[in-house]
Amino acid sequence: MADVAIGGATLAPVRAKASHDDILMRLGLCVLLAWLIVVLALPLWTLLSKSMEDSEGRFVGLANFATYFSTPSLFASVWNSFFVALAVTLIVMPMAFVYAYALTRSRMRLKWLFQGMALLPIFAPSLLPAISFIYLFGNQGLLKSLLAGGSIYGPAGIIAAQVFYCFPSAVMILATALALADARLYEAADALGATRRRIFFTITLPGAKYGAIGASFVVFTQVITDFGIAKVIGGKFNVLATDVYKQVIGQQNFSMGAVVGIVLLAPAVLAFVVDRLVQRRQVALLSARAVPLEPKDQRLRDALLTVFCTIVALLIATIIGVSVWGSLIKYWPYNPSWTLDNYAFGNFDSEGWNSFFNSIQMAFCAAIVGTVIVFLGAWLVEKTRGATALRAVVQFLALLPMAVPGLVLGLGYIFFFNARANPLNFLYATMAILVINTTAHFYTVAHVTAVTALKQIDPEFEAVSASLKVPYWRTLLRVTIPICVPAIIDIAVFIFVNAMTTVSSVIFLYSSDTKLGSIAVVNMDEAGATAAAAAMSVMIVLTSATVKALHLVAERGLLGRLQAWRRR
Amino acid sequence: MVSSRASGRRNPNVMNAASAYLEIRNLVKRYGEFTALRDVSLDINSGEFVCFLGPSGCGKTTLLRAIAGLDPQSQGTIRQAGRDVSSLPPAQRDFGIVFQSYALFPNLSVADNVGYGLVNRKARRSEIIARVAELLVLVGMPESGSKYPAQLSGGQQQRVALARALATSPGLLLLDEPLSALDARVRLRLRHEIKALQRRLGVTTIMVTHDQEEALTMADRIVVMNHGVVEQVGTPTEIYHRPASAFVADFVGTMNFLQGELVAPGRVSVDGIELSYVDAAARNGHSRVRICLRPEDVRVRDLGEDRINRLTVDIADLEFIGAFCRATLRLPQSQRSLIADFSSNLMRDYNLEAGKRLDVILPPDRLRVFAED
Repeated sequence: MADVAIGGATLAPVRAKASHDDILMRLGLCVLLAWLIVVLALPLWTLLSKSMEDSEGRFVGLANFATYFSTPSLFASVWNSFFVALAVTLIVMPMAFVYAYALTRSRMRLKWLFQGMALLPIFAPSLLPAISFIYLFGNQGLLKSLLAGGSIYGPAGIIAAQVFYCFPSAVMILATALALADARLYEAADALGATRRRIFFTITLPGAKYGAIGASFVVFTQVITDFGIAKVIGGKFNVLATDVYKQVIGQQNFSMGAVVGIVLLAPAVLAFVVDRLVQRRQVALLSARAVPLEPKDQRLRDALLTVFCTIVALLIATIIGVSVWGSLIKYWPYNPSWTLDNYAFGNFDSEGWNSFFNSIQMAFCAAIVGTVIVFLGAWLVEKTRGATALRAVVQFLALLPMAVPGLVLGLGYIFFFNARANPLNFLYATMAILVINTTAHFYTVAHVTAVTALKQIDPEFEAVSASLKVPYWRTLLRVTIPICVPAIIDIAVFIFVNAMTTVSSVIFLYSSDTKLGSIAVVNMDEAGATAAAAAMSVMIVLTSATVKALHLVAERGLLGRLQAWRRR
Repeated sequence: MVSSRASGRRNPNVMNAASAYLEIRNLVKRYGEFTALRDVSLDINSGEFVCFLGPSGCGKTTLLRAIAGLDPQSQGTIRQAGRDVSSLPPAQRDFGIVFQSYALFPNLSVADNVGYGLVNRKARRSEIIARVAELLVLVGMPESGSKYPAQLSGGQQQRVALARALATSPGLLLLDEPLSALDARVRLRLRHEIKALQRRLGVTTIMVTHDQEEALTMADRIVVMNHGVVEQVGTPTEIYHRPASAFVADFVGTMNFLQGELVAPGRVSVDGIELSYVDAAARNGHSRVRICLRPEDVRVRDLGEDRINRLTVDIADLEFIGAFCRATLRLPQSQRSLIADFSSNLMRDYNLEAGKRLDVILPPDRLRVFAED
């Protein structure tokens, strides 16, 4: 029946001819595919093959993995990483849930402020909370006596700093999930006389279930793959992320470094798969006709939530504040007189302020280059007629970076770009490779943002343009890009902020000329110049937070005027 | 099952091949295992207003998108104005299109939207401005050129979309459910306006709709589709009064269906009641049949001494609709019932009410008989 061979079986299948536009777009997709292969697939492939070579470059199969898993000192890190990640997830999730609940389901006042406070850690490199905890509980810590003989260097410090560092991601994901509520369900439950408690356990929690699963995996992965915190506050407590660094930079054992990288890849890939599955379900949860939920007044609930959020927000402010304070005083904690000496970076690190300006230059270039590639790429994937297989491959590669920890990608880059036989070898140790690496590292979130914005546009614009004989690129310039301006700026700011704060991926790739601010923090901390490390962290927070603030102001003012057509 | 409607040469939908503006031959569209169009052949004449009518999933939009080249067919040919366009991309075909979503560019003013296809043709600025103004007058919105789409009502947006589609004077206008997103009242008004505009411009037009009333009032010819097959092509009156299949009879308008048996050519029996019918197509070889009759065709007045198809029925129920009443009539010695539409006049003249007994005639020339599936 499927084969309708009527009117004579001789009918040849119709092969649709490609228009000029179609051919151009397919070529564009091919270029994008080649780009993603070079900046993602090949480095990862090189890493994988490196993990199966001995120090002379001979293929040894899984021998390195066997060595790894049978060496207790190495294998212990797996358990350490797992334990720390699990502890952080268990602490962050309930906190983030209550906080997100307050932001979305209460009538708490000053929500904008609480929301901003919760997101503040995003603008800091992960090293900053670690430095703050050292200031508070370290060898010369203000509150060291509270630890009753325990040490902050090790799991305790890592967990505390990670909780701070992972909190924003968890809150954002949970708040998104909790915001997707259908008021009709709550009205129905009210009408049936359900108690608040019952409503919470039968409607609210199940509704946020997928968000909670997704957030847990994101937090878990973030902890396992983060390098900065364990480096600064981990002491002798080895975790996977610091092992990679030690194997590669310390012992120059590249094969073993590659093995640890592959081990590190496993939880991230798992989290990625779970996230994909969860997102597919989340979409189906809310029908298009759902009525948004308006929280009702409940004095006691709102008061309790306000108290909770205030405490959390104050903790966040304190942790950032301690680093700011530490960077501004002469000698912690004995000489608390004000000084800007710690900001004279030249006294602590050979590159001085240059590394900060390098960061800005790198983040700026990555934001521009990344946004152009990501947006055009997303447009090609969404709008190219035909070329189904090509689009699917590009889409897969665009989602891949989400599953690749920065350290692993950075390691792949050394192996791939540093190889003598590679014609792209000239890129090694340049600013360009840092920019390329950063755009590749943060490709997925930017790509998904662009695709989401493009999907919200009427899919028939291209059909209309074709019927009017207007080339696609003209509609892209005159209609699609102007409509997507807010999303495009979102992407640029996202890449900028992450480029400013990232450590893990670029730690393997910088040279003395291209050292970044976040790396200078690691170096200065290693050299014992904690106050200068704090000062550089503060500079990074200030820069990325300022860019974000400008973004918000621009969105309200300038953009509003340029986009008068949105108004009714 | 398909082959009865199949081979292109004898297809009744294909009329005068030489003169047709759009010639569709043996079109097949497959999506993986699913076949959305099964060997569709159709001719559309120049200047005609044709509606593709059918339930959702019948293939009407698929056919429209194949004609536009947006989703090319898997097999078959399409010729437009004598040119084979089967494999051409949309940009190389000659059509204007209006979607249910309007697909207006939200960041461009109404004038820029209407002039969107003109700017590309290297026309002079003054010419473009004049043409845009002319089109806005044509769709009755001369003052709205500087507004943005978001400031317009749904009906106004659809007019702008229409003006934009007509701006480049395409040979073929495609309308994909253009009225479905609008309020009932606006829909009625736009029906007339679109039809009048089409008459005035004489542009060959294809409209996809699932609304049979829309199709009946607007189309010169209707193409009724189901499961990827063309069930019938005909004028609105032909479709309504002489449906070619039980599906068409059921889908267009309200219809009574009675199950019966064929007893002789031109005679059927429903639970022992014998009825005569006049139907061109012989239904020999099928003993089980479905007999169809429109509710408004049940005759009550001027029965005289007529005996043919005369029945005595009970009025089981009367439903007030407004301009008329819909009566449920129980057939004698049978559990079956018929619905009949009685005008207010008839109700008064015959003093009809529920529970009353009355004589009706089921006119033989109004009965349609189809073989049971």
